Amino acid sequence: MGKIFAVVLVIVALVSAYPIIVNKYAMPEDISTHGHMIDDQLHETMWEAGLSFIGAQLVLAFFVWSFTNRKVGSPLKSFPGGARVMVIAAIVLVGTEILALGVVGQKAWATVYFTAPKPDALQIQSQAGQFAFYFRYPGADGKFGAIHPDKIDEGNQNYFGLDPANEVEARDDIVSGELVIPANREVQLLMHAKDVGHSFYVRELRIQQDFVPGLDLAVHFTATKVGKYEIVCTQLCGLGHYNMKAYLNVMSPEDYDKWMKAQEAAQ
Amino acid sequence: MQETSAQQGHVHAPPEGFIRKHVFSLDHKVIGKQYYALALVAVFVGMFLSWLMRIHLVWPNAKIPGLELLSKVGAPGGVMTPEYYLSLLTMHGTLMVFFVLTNAPFAAFGNYFLPIQIGAEDMAFPRFNMMSFWTTFLAFVVLIMAFFIPDGPPIAGWTSYSPLMAVGKDAGPGMQWGASLWGISIAIFCIASLLGSLNFIATTLDLRAKGMTLMRMPISTWAWFITSCISLLAFAVLLPACILLILDRHAGTSFFIPAGLVISDKLQPHSGGSPLLWQHLFWFFGHPEVYIAILPAMGIVSHILINSMRKPLLSAKVVIYSMMSIGFLSYMVWGHHMFVSGMNPMSSLAFSFPTLTITIPATIMTLIWLGSLYGADIQINSASLFALGFISMFVSGGVSGFFLAQPSIDIYLHGTYFVVGHFHMVMGVAALFGVFAGTYFWFPKMSGRMMNDSWGKLHFLITFIGTYCIFMPFHYLGLVGNVRRYSSFVDDFMGPDLMNLHRFITISALITGAAQFIFLFNLIYSRFKGAMAPDNPWNATTLEWSMPSPPPWNNFGDRHPIVYHDPYQYGVKGSKGDFVMQDSPEQAIASGD
Repeated sequence: MGKIFAVVLVIVALVSAYPIIVNKYAMPEDISTHGHMIDDQLHETMWEAGLSFIGAQLVLAFFVWSFTNRKVGSPLKSFPGGARVMVIAAIVLVGTEILALGVVGQKAWATVYFTAPKPDALQIQSQAGQFAFYFRYPGADGKFGAIHPDKIDEGNQNYFGLDPANEVEARDDIVSGELVIPANREVQLLMHAKDVGHSFYVRELRIQQDFVPGLDLAVHFTATKVGKYEIVCTQLCGLGHYNMKAYLNVMSPEDYDKWMKAQEAAQ
Repeated sequence: MQETSAQQGHVHAPPEGFIRKHVFSLDHKVIGKQYYALALVAVFVGMFLSWLMRIHLVWPNAKIPGLELLSKVGAPGGVMTPEYYLSLLTMHGTLMVFFVLTNAPFAAFGNYFLPIQIGAEDMAFPRFNMMSFWTTFLAFVVLIMAFFIPDGPPIAGWTSYSPLMAVGKDAGPGMQWGASLWGISIAIFCIASLLGSLNFIATTLDLRAKGMTLMRMPISTWAWFITSCISLLAFAVLLPACILLILDRHAGTSFFIPAGLVISDKLQPHSGGSPLLWQHLFWFFGHPEVYIAILPAMGIVSHILINSMRKPLLSAKVVIYSMMSIGFLSYMVWGHHMFVSGMNPMSSLAFSFPTLTITIPATIMTLIWLGSLYGADIQINSASLFALGFISMFVSGGVSGFFLAQPSIDIYLHGTYFVVGHFHMVMGVAALFGVFAGTYFWFPKMSGRMMNDSWGKLHFLITFIGTYCIFMPFHYLGLVGNVRRYSSFVDDFMGPDLMNLHRFITISALITGAAQFIFLFNLIYSRFKGAMAPDNPWNATTLEWSMPSPPPWNNFGDRHPIVYHDPYQYGVKGSKGDFVMQDSPEQAIASGD
């Protein structure tokens, strides 16, 4: 039975690794300027974790194969070097791995979170509520009208609780159910939660950020490829969570200008 | 060790009558078995819920006969609604984490074997001990009640993020009384765990037999001791967090709810709270909780491996120090659950380094286990197979943690099935493998009968292959970006490849789950019909094997065991074979001499 286990273990380890090695379940294509850093980091980690995984499973299988059902009287042996070798190996190997991945890997994080958006970044506000995203553009004046929670009225399509009767800034705000952005221009997304926690996740954009009620956050990114991509909520937000999604529509700058003009005209 | 007043204080009279013997028993062994039984009920309920969820995920319109009896609203005509999926998800997580992974490896085995392994007659505070079990039982009843109230169990997941959890019925079905029952149940559970942890700590420090120095304690006892220290600090934070949650829900306070929230078209009458406060408090408990589940399993597995290898570990001390450093580091890493939560991005880096650092003691332990196998004489039986399987699972679940510990990668993988695969493997399955190993190993002592080894091996093979078939594909799904906690995949993103993978997982889960009935049958059958067990069926060295199987009510009878050796004198020349028991005065002679 020990040998059966060893064989099963080898098969299980190799079969588990196979889809990864042939890249059967690949990440969707990256369409952001920062995403390649995350992808590189992930691939590098995959190498190190993958080798540790295969190595440990094979060694386990080999030892179980070799040291079960031994002949009576064959002497017990001890691993050369003993515990000291193990401790040193773990500290040196894992320590190097931590330093390599940890220190180098902070660059990707820093690009997303520690660099300020460019001054000419396009500002768009996103509001997440049970169970839809809405996006708001400041309009010609470049200013967003204030949000008044008590004025939110979905029946009248006042999703953000704007007060155009009393506030000039709110009058030209454009609200959309789709996040339309121009390619190759930095976007700063201002994130506001209407009710409970939600999250903004676009796989292709390599961006995921929670919406926190009471705490307005911002992320910035640049999309490089024209196309339509799914925005999904990844923070459990209630019964309709599975159905909370919107689209990110990356347009060429010309198409984006046309779209924006049409929206302004419809105001 | 001198006999102290505390040592005399725990002695109680022999139990009389059915109630004192089997229900409200002060005997740590009965209490251990009660914890085990409760965990067994919880694990089968939890597994059944996971079956329902897996079936719904791949056949969303499937009629599940009888499901409408559980909830008319949640499953009209036997077809699950999306919100009922979330109810089951919440209950599955809560049952498994609290009532299985905390109870079985720690409370059940710890209660039974910690006092015995240190040569004590009972726990330091037997009445507290009885109270902690019955308090846990009450928590279980309160939680299960959520199934039977009109609006059903809560839908906020086992992490109960606020404000979803804190605002009350406006947040959706189950969020009125179901959510309150959840909060009350967990608060009660915290009290029980605090009582239990204090008892474990006091027992370990005060009731050790003569000669049982700290470094002579078996690794399993060390693991339970370290776990009880972790548990004491962790539940002490979750308890007030649950109380604040209940206050937010029922007393109009706003600890976790900020101003200006519009839920179900209603402006909520709250202001000034912080949703992140709940996350910090919850994960301050939540991450150490992972180690509350896995450390006892590490201890149990080490204990069994040594016996099966017929030689000591390369270094038991290094394993004990590694467990201590894991316990210590477990308090500095909770923020890795919150990289994209909106907390200061600088703190993500601060939480990332200790998280990565935990890999070092974990790797040291793995290498010690592997290196110790070299040159051993491994005895293969159900217990040792699960112990070896544990190492495999721990490695598989551990390496995926390396991805999630890095904030930049977490931006992509957070909230996907990758996380589900990771924690199920390392915290769920690995810990359960420890419980299975412990059950096959200690059952003879606990019941006086042997379990059937062939059925045990069959159970192991199906479970081992099955868990890989279930949880490895979760990682693939996560790499593609498949989002977790969705009751169905209605988007155009899910190609046929991914749905096939989901179907494969569901079928694997059904088969692997069914194999657990082999275990259940073996457990019940062997309890009554198994072969009679000798006192020391595994030729083991520690104190639990120096007493009859099953042990008498006062453990060692009138004998006061004296300990002469380190716990694991294997591979030596002794009068009984290749081992010398801890309480045997004979000198162990190295077999090479």
